[in-house]
Amino acid sequence: MHAVEETPRLSTFLSQIANGLVLGSLIALIALGYTMVYGIITLINFAHGEIFMVGAYGGLATLTYILPTAIATTWYFALPIALVAGALVAMLIAVAMERFAYRPLRNAPRLAPLITALGVSVALQEAMRVFYPGATAALPFPNLFVEGAVVIPIGDGVVIRYVGILLVVMSLVLAFGLERFIERTRLGRAMRATSQDRDVARLMGIDPDRVIVLTFAIGGALAGVAGVLYGSYLNNINIDMGFQNGIFAFTAAVLGGIGNIRGAVVGGLMIGLVKALAGQYMPGGTAYDYVWIFVVLIAVLVFRPQGFFGESERVRA
Amino acid sequence: MSENPQTADGAVPDPGAEVTESVTEAPPEEVTAELADDMHVATGTREPILVSSGVTMQFGGLRALNDVNLSLHEGEIIGLIGPNGAGKTTFFNCLTGLYTPTSGQVVLRGKPMPQDPARVTEAGVARTFQNIRLFPSMTATENVLVGRHVRMKQGPLSSLLHGPRFRRSEAEAAERAEKLLAFVGLTRFSEELARNLPYGDQRRLEIARALATDPSVLLLDEPTAGMNAQETEATRQLIFAIRDLGVSVVVIEHDTKFIFTLCDRVLVLVQGELLVEGSPDEVRGDPRVVEAYLGAPPEEVSAQLQTGGATVGNGTAEGKSE
Repeated sequence: MHAVEETPRLSTFLSQIANGLVLGSLIALIALGYTMVYGIITLINFAHGEIFMVGAYGGLATLTYILPTAIATTWYFALPIALVAGALVAMLIAVAMERFAYRPLRNAPRLAPLITALGVSVALQEAMRVFYPGATAALPFPNLFVEGAVVIPIGDGVVIRYVGILLVVMSLVLAFGLERFIERTRLGRAMRATSQDRDVARLMGIDPDRVIVLTFAIGGALAGVAGVLYGSYLNNINIDMGFQNGIFAFTAAVLGGIGNIRGAVVGGLMIGLVKALAGQYMPGGTAYDYVWIFVVLIAVLVFRPQGFFGESERVRA
Repeated sequence: MSENPQTADGAVPDPGAEVTESVTEAPPEEVTAELADDMHVATGTREPILVSSGVTMQFGGLRALNDVNLSLHEGEIIGLIGPNGAGKTTFFNCLTGLYTPTSGQVVLRGKPMPQDPARVTEAGVARTFQNIRLFPSMTATENVLVGRHVRMKQGPLSSLLHGPRFRRSEAEAAERAEKLLAFVGLTRFSEELARNLPYGDQRRLEIARALATDPSVLLLDEPTAGMNAQETEATRQLIFAIRDLGVSVVVIEHDTKFIFTLCDRVLVLVQGELLVEGSPDEVRGDPRVVEAYLGAPPEEVSAQLQTGGATVGNGTAEGKSE
């Protein structure tokens, strides 16, 4: 008798795991930008969530205003074009942000760029509200991938949408590619060298300004991709999406150990899972899922302040 | 620090001996020969390759360097000695573009030295630091590869797509890094994080990283500080081998015995001024040097103490470089 009741429960559980992984891999993509920028210039770029938001609007604008309808409704054209457009718009905003908001403050006390980041965040949101047609309300966003879902026949059935699978796979591939880039290439080594000792990096012929721009550009592009994928998965976007998911992503980066690529991915997935499972099983349901995310964050920080993959302290022999 | 370095073939060396003892052998000759071929920095010119004339460095009211002249020839090893705060490191910083001299100029192979550290490296001047400044969370190999940065060409697109040009440039750099690590005797530590290396080996790794930039001039700031007698001897052999690569070397060192047995020429810097210049024998016998190092006779010491502000201030000026 019990076994019969167990199966629907299992299917609910597995569905929430799937939801959590989708949300988590999205958060991971955003968290990569947070963690990279922090790793290089020890700045928490609170405007990074807005880059994600602008990327989504960039993708939507391309689909709505630039592409002919025939192309915008054919997924194998629309998907790559929207992803690239979203990435480019987000990258442009991120690079401009670095150039005009943060670079002039490179040698200022650390609080100055932090406050600036909050200012940039508000400015971008409001600019979007004012200038993007119809952005005062949530806007519909088309699903850019094949409609449909895989149904795993357990209990009531575990439904996993194709677009969700695409999102998880793309996020993981991008994160893996980024790690390879940082570990194995000349520019990646230049990034790590700059983060560890900027003056000596300069002495090795590395231009820290270029490395910093590159960092913002990569982080921005990943956030832009995340923005388009988010729109495509949830089918609507609004100007608050950056703030909300930005906070999650920041938490993910801290959870994984800020400055660490793998940590950002693991932190992101973990937050996605906590949000989905807490919304299902904890008292208060989805209304309180935020609370549980921060409970986990606090718990982790109490026992491991440097995060999962963070280095406890830089030891200089 | 607590990790036991493991050699490539999987053998775990005796931990106690491994962590404290640095390399004590001279670089193998065949590696030296191969490297000299790769770097081909020697041109056989008889003109001085690095000339500093009238270099003066003023920090506010303090003159850290006053009219310092130096000319370095190819294949020459010059020693720079002097008491603490004499301006030795400040002089190095002027030579490598970290400081712009208040007056005077530095000329490398007939061209004025660029005032940007990155361009200085590109022009062929490399250095190490008094307080070791490796990239602590990168492996020994990666540290050397970063040194290779200026000599590598990879477009961002090629790096992303792992194109043929990217692969070739990575393979060449990896091969060079391997040779350089063999040259300084750190092959067994190639995959170890820099911060886990024994102290003396960190100094050797810094030298390997500097050599990776294909310098024609290498500036070494206290390369044997904190080393025991065997390690110091190994460093001497290493510097001779670097000279044999065709690289000209300027060494700052407090250990006068080391300097006198290593260098072709020795410069003594005292309170920012060049006091004596000459062969080791000439410098060793000079009474002014003895005085600068061992102090003046007692009555003069007390007189100096009253004007001691200058020496203390000098120390501060040097501190800025760190």
